[in-house]
Amino acid sequence: MSTDGLRATLVVRRSAFTLDITLDVAPGEVVALLGPNGAGKTTALRALAGLTAMSGGHISLDGRPLHTAPPEQRPVGVVFQDYLLFPHLSALDNVAFGPRCQGVPKAEARRVAAALLERVGLADRAAAKPRQLSGGQAQRVALARALAVRPRLMLLDEPLAALDAHTRLEIRSQLRRHLAGFDGATVLVTHDPLDAMVLADRLIVIESGGIVQQGTPAEVARRPRTDYVARLVGLNLYRGLGDGARVKVGQLLLHTSEPLDGPAFVAFSPAAVALYRTRPDGSPRNLWQATIGGIERHGDNVRVHLDGPITAFADITPAALADLQLSPGRRIWASVKATETHAYPA
Amino acid sequence: MNSSQARRPGRSDTPGGGAAGHSAARRAVSGRLPWMLVLPAVVGLAFLVLPLAGLLIRAPWSTLLQRLAEPQVLEALRLSLVCATAATAVCVLFGVPLAWLLARLEFPGRRVVRALVTVPLVLPPVVGGVALLLVLGRRGLIGQWLESAFGITLPFTTIGVIVAEAFVAMPFLVISVEGALRAADRRFEEAAATLGASRWTVFRRVTLPLIMPGVVAGAVLCWARALGEFGATITFAGNFPGTTRTMPLAVYLALETEPDAAIVLSLVLLAVSVVILASLRDRWVNSP
Repeated sequence: MSTDGLRATLVVRRSAFTLDITLDVAPGEVVALLGPNGAGKTTALRALAGLTAMSGGHISLDGRPLHTAPPEQRPVGVVFQDYLLFPHLSALDNVAFGPRCQGVPKAEARRVAAALLERVGLADRAAAKPRQLSGGQAQRVALARALAVRPRLMLLDEPLAALDAHTRLEIRSQLRRHLAGFDGATVLVTHDPLDAMVLADRLIVIESGGIVQQGTPAEVARRPRTDYVARLVGLNLYRGLGDGARVKVGQLLLHTSEPLDGPAFVAFSPAAVALYRTRPDGSPRNLWQATIGGIERHGDNVRVHLDGPITAFADITPAALADLQLSPGRRIWASVKATETHAYPA
Repeated sequence: MNSSQARRPGRSDTPGGGAAGHSAARRAVSGRLPWMLVLPAVVGLAFLVLPLAGLLIRAPWSTLLQRLAEPQVLEALRLSLVCATAATAVCVLFGVPLAWLLARLEFPGRRVVRALVTVPLVLPPVVGGVALLLVLGRRGLIGQWLESAFGITLPFTTIGVIVAEAFVAMPFLVISVEGALRAADRRFEEAAATLGASRWTVFRRVTLPLIMPGVVAGAVLCWARALGEFGATITFAGNFPGTTRTMPLAVYLALETEPDAAIVLSLVLLAVSVVILASLRDRWVNSP
């Protein structure tokens, strides 16, 4: 097996929390650590950078041990959540800071910095102080500053979280391009599934300090394995017992298109759920009676929370909402076609 | 009636009447002045302001410039400025690292060290002067050795004035800088470390620029304290014109022989204090 890239087992014990994850990242690969707040994503990143002491485990980068080195001796570039550009230095001097620390002469360091600023499209903002930069510009300066130390491992902590929606869209695609041009390993931390899916080649989902799922964005989106992931990718997810083309979830028997035996997951989209005021004719395979728990806007549609034998979300149009005259507490019939469900082993 | 409509009126639930009720309550509270508080406050204010006003009223304005130009006055002023500035430089040189130690390093007895640093703040300056004599005097613990090994005597010299002033003024700088260090965002230091900066480089190129307002504020306070130093100076360095007689000493001395000169000298010190206060307020104290 190749020793290139990052191979790490990170163990950080706190009083009420233990982070224990193993991750391998190939050179040129971008891995996203995805998880809810407090899952340990940032702790993992800080451990990789050497800013948080590990209670156990090891880190090796391109075959060399990293966990024994102090942060300043690790070939690691970090883009922090709010960038942490040095407020007293110009954009150019911020980027030149790393090379200067590595002993590069001032003129040469500034030349390197200017070239990097040019690469991120900020050649004309070189003299600006961080407070004069917009959020998107600051993000790009932070990226250039991290790249300037010629890292073998790039760490990004919520790189887009501080940006407004419009800037985010633009910076996300730029960041993707810059990361694609980086030949070292990249680990980025985010709680935004969209950022993770666009930027990363592989997702690692962390919940309360451990890895609960990993795979390509497509795999994770299609086959969520925890409620958190299911919510992230917008699916209804149930765990049950498969018996041929049926999965028993609690009291309800769900018919699926794929035959499966043993512990199984069933997932379906909220848009696949149809709602009826009275029991529909023709009897679809999966039909149950639910109570409406709540109604909220969801993009252009309306999301209906259903309680009952299974809790589920159903997305319907505002017109359908008006037709059905739904209100919380009301009893209603819900159905999902077998072909709209997706079952896979748990 | 559908539910999404039923939920929405929440926004209009805050009636306009609520705001009116609030301001009525505010009026009721500020309705009567609590004289039990206002009266002592006014007396206290007068107590602080009247002596300064007296100084201004009694000042010999007509002969002011003439008196300021007297050689003894100029000499005392020059000595004061030189010594206070030198003492401030000493405090910055040693106080900033000391503040860094207290703010950034975990070591046993740190609380004790911090308490010790603040001792000169509450110690009567005369006691400080006596303590300095016992240690740095010609027969003192270290002074003895300084004299035999290097031929250096500190007491009753201009250097002695600087030492006495630095001793008394250092806590102002240390406390101010330590506060700035604790308030500074340490994540900038972490960011610098990930960029390959050693701890010394982090301090020099990131921490120090970030806490510069605190260092300047501390240095100004320190300088003002050194400029006004009396007790420790007269005890440790004596009162020799030209070498150790600083402004405060000259004021005290002049008061017995030449009250007008004392007032003039006091006015100079007062003016310096006001300028310092104003510069601190505008440039450093109000800035985050």
